[in-house]
Amino acid sequence: MTDLTCKLLILGAGPGGYVCAIRAGQLGVDTVIVDPEPPGGTCLNVGCIPSKALIHAAEEFHRLVEIAGGGSPLGITATAPAMDLSRAKDWKDGIVRRLNEGVSTLMKRAKVRHVTGRAVLRDGKSAVVQTAEGEIRIEAEAVVIATGSAPVEVPSLPFGGKVISSTGALALTEVPKTLAVVGGGYIGLELGTAFAKLGAKVTAVEAAGKILPQYDAELTRPVAARLEALGVRVLTGAKAEGLGEGGGLRVWTTDGHDEIDAEKVLVTVGRRPVTAGIGLENLGLEMDGSFIRVDGRCRASMRGVYAIGDVTGEPMLAHRAMAQGEMVAEIVAGQTRSWDRRVIPAVCFTDPEIVTVGLSPDQARAEGHEVLAASFPFQANGRAMTTGREDGFVRVVARKEDHLVLGLQAVGAGVSELSAAFALVLENAMVLEDVTGTIHAHPTQGEALHEACLRALGHALHI
Amino acid sequence: MGILSIRLPDIGEGIAEAELVEWMVAEGDTIREDAAMVAVMTDKATVEIPSPATGKVVWLGGEPGRTMAVGAELIRLEVDGPGNMKADAAEPAPAAAAPEPAPKDAPKAAPKPEPKPESVARPAPKAARAPASPRKEGEKPLASPSVRARAREAGADLRFLRGTGPAGRITHQDLDDWLSHGGPTGGPGRVQPDVSVEEIRVIGLRRKIAEKMALAKREIPHITIVEEVDMQALEDLRGRLNAEGGERLTVLPFLMKAIARAVKAQPALNAHFDGEAGVIRRYGGVHVGIATQTGTGLMVPVVRHVEAMGLREAAAELARVSAAAREGSATRDELSGSTITITSLGPLGAIATTPIINHPEVAIVGVNRMAVRPFWNGTAFEPRKMMNLSCSFDHRVIDGWDAAVFVQKLKSLLEAPAMIFVDG
Repeated sequence: MTDLTCKLLILGAGPGGYVCAIRAGQLGVDTVIVDPEPPGGTCLNVGCIPSKALIHAAEEFHRLVEIAGGGSPLGITATAPAMDLSRAKDWKDGIVRRLNEGVSTLMKRAKVRHVTGRAVLRDGKSAVVQTAEGEIRIEAEAVVIATGSAPVEVPSLPFGGKVISSTGALALTEVPKTLAVVGGGYIGLELGTAFAKLGAKVTAVEAAGKILPQYDAELTRPVAARLEALGVRVLTGAKAEGLGEGGGLRVWTTDGHDEIDAEKVLVTVGRRPVTAGIGLENLGLEMDGSFIRVDGRCRASMRGVYAIGDVTGEPMLAHRAMAQGEMVAEIVAGQTRSWDRRVIPAVCFTDPEIVTVGLSPDQARAEGHEVLAASFPFQANGRAMTTGREDGFVRVVARKEDHLVLGLQAVGAGVSELSAAFALVLENAMVLEDVTGTIHAHPTQGEALHEACLRALGHALHI
Repeated sequence: MGILSIRLPDIGEGIAEAELVEWMVAEGDTIREDAAMVAVMTDKATVEIPSPATGKVVWLGGEPGRTMAVGAELIRLEVDGPGNMKADAAEPAPAAAAPEPAPKDAPKAAPKPEPKPESVARPAPKAARAPASPRKEGEKPLASPSVRARAREAGADLRFLRGTGPAGRITHQDLDDWLSHGGPTGGPGRVQPDVSVEEIRVIGLRRKIAEKMALAKREIPHITIVEEVDMQALEDLRGRLNAEGGERLTVLPFLMKAIARAVKAQPALNAHFDGEAGVIRRYGGVHVGIATQTGTGLMVPVVRHVEAMGLREAAAELARVSAAAREGSATRDELSGSTITITSLGPLGAIATTPIINHPEVAIVGVNRMAVRPFWNGTAFEPRKMMNLSCSFDHRVIDGWDAAVFVQKLKSLLEAPAMIFVDG
């Protein structure tokens, strides 16, 4: 058994952990990071990145299928496109590998030591890591728990066989003819939409009364319309009961029991923090439900122990974990930092995409604000017309008394890129006049942000 | 419907320009004939100009503080009649500060359409936002990430700062100000330093006062003499006169009469000195200016020909002009032409003051507070009503000796008030 000592030990090399490691290294903190998987965590290996690659491939293929269907207003014709999913998977895996290597290089450059293996904490200052080369004991002054999250299993539908998680879906090399998606949240709908575009007959089963329950109906309506156009069957208020005798998925709806044809059953009912198997019981940290309780500096209840990312709760988003990781590195390096972010943008890569930053009109009212809310539809946006996607809108929510922007939301093709502008507006505490006083380039979708704010002030120009 | 253009009327002999002090109407208001529409100030008098017609205000000729030439366009009304301008050509002329050569009875020619001045073209920002109100409890302070980072470094808790930016956003400047005022030592219970600065345009009467005071101090080398006066005899007399009934007499009419008496012997003190022309004008009439505090500032209404007035007459005229000054109804004549001035702060009058001469006069008599003080009568202390006079003189034309003689004369007249009224 070899021994390592360092100032900072990080468990988990996902977006939270590796950013924490790089920043700590930049600040001269002697850092060791441990993860059994290639660096990048869920996001890079089996989450954000590969799913976006699959979504892109599916979209490209689907476009050709539509063109081949004839009647393209653009005058393009094509004949019977075909999809080789295993090649697309290779392409996607190539991107993942390049990014794995990129993260490794960045950490190396920051003089971070990277240990591949599974770490178990013995106490708040040390851990034992099982590696291919044997056991390593690591002593550290500070420990960061960044072990992330994993898909939740449904007891009646254990993973295995035809029941797959998002990870399994991303590893498919053939498009299933029929696919049942259990859980109508953003992960299920992103992947379900992709497989529908690839030619699968998709059924989405959501227990709540509507898909994407965390968003308001105005935002999800264009997504629901698109799903319908893609032939995705959506069952809301439905409960998956297990696999049926016919090999499909048994569901219960208000109409009674039914069995859905399903070559594969994709279960995406949520994610749970990974807190088991890392020796957390040896620390006796205070918990917040299944999450590790942290304070405004991401400090857990034991001195010198920090937690960041999905293990600390919602929203489980890579960019939140990254910001926390950066902050903790600076705190460990002796800087005065605390969590002072106003907003965490959230993007849903369905078709069309949804981006939300800050408060929705209802949330703002619930917080007691008098609200000015206005939206600008992409139907009136030149750029949207030229890309053939006029569905969706940009919506702004501002406080009536002083025009402080409280929230920005959009739904539409490609609106994920508006998240940067939205977050800047919110994080910098801008008022409507700050946005309307900024020139937005023409012709771009971003003009809809400008117009929505103008409209909130009562003088939109293009509607 | 027509547009009636109204020009600044001739408001007094020899007046070429006037300063806009206050608009009584705003654009869009309807004004009735003869209702006051604007107050303008000439040399010292503030004059309200009534509207010659009933109509809707469509254009105002300038912001308060602007000096306008007589004959310059003042206001435009939309009236029922034909007006004196073509409605479609009623583009407001730019608010030029220079007077346009505009004859009083201007022909009906439509003015050249000129670009609208910005102040007219801009729609009134109706959504006037309330000044940054204190944050509600528990609400996060608004600040950009760079401001937050600087605050962190400086150990400043942004919750204790008040932002001056839109929506109460804390700016870099706010943080700088806070830090430079002791910043981090602050706590929730500590009174925050008020770093606000309010800019007040010095216009109207205040500007006149400022100019006049600066002129007097700049040009006139003041010499100030303070003398003690035993007021017991005058106070006894005044008490008796007041006991007789009639309007209550104050000390001032006695002092005015005493001054009139004193300058008879020393006409050099009842004069104007025109330094530029190198001329002293000695006046036969004694026109006593009375420095008067009004709601808008210091004014000097004038009691003319005090030398020809009886005591009660002087008292009545003094009451009339000072009331007119306070009400703002004093005419230009009532506010100019004094030859010597009295300044009195009444019960606030202090022990001594250093009065500033009312330019171009050469002397000013300051009245200090009257109080019962011990007086050595040669054998014992006696409680007497005593009062100081603080008098300033223009030392260019009044020598110290003459000044002292004048003050002694005033003192002897006030101590033996019969002397004020006895001729020969």
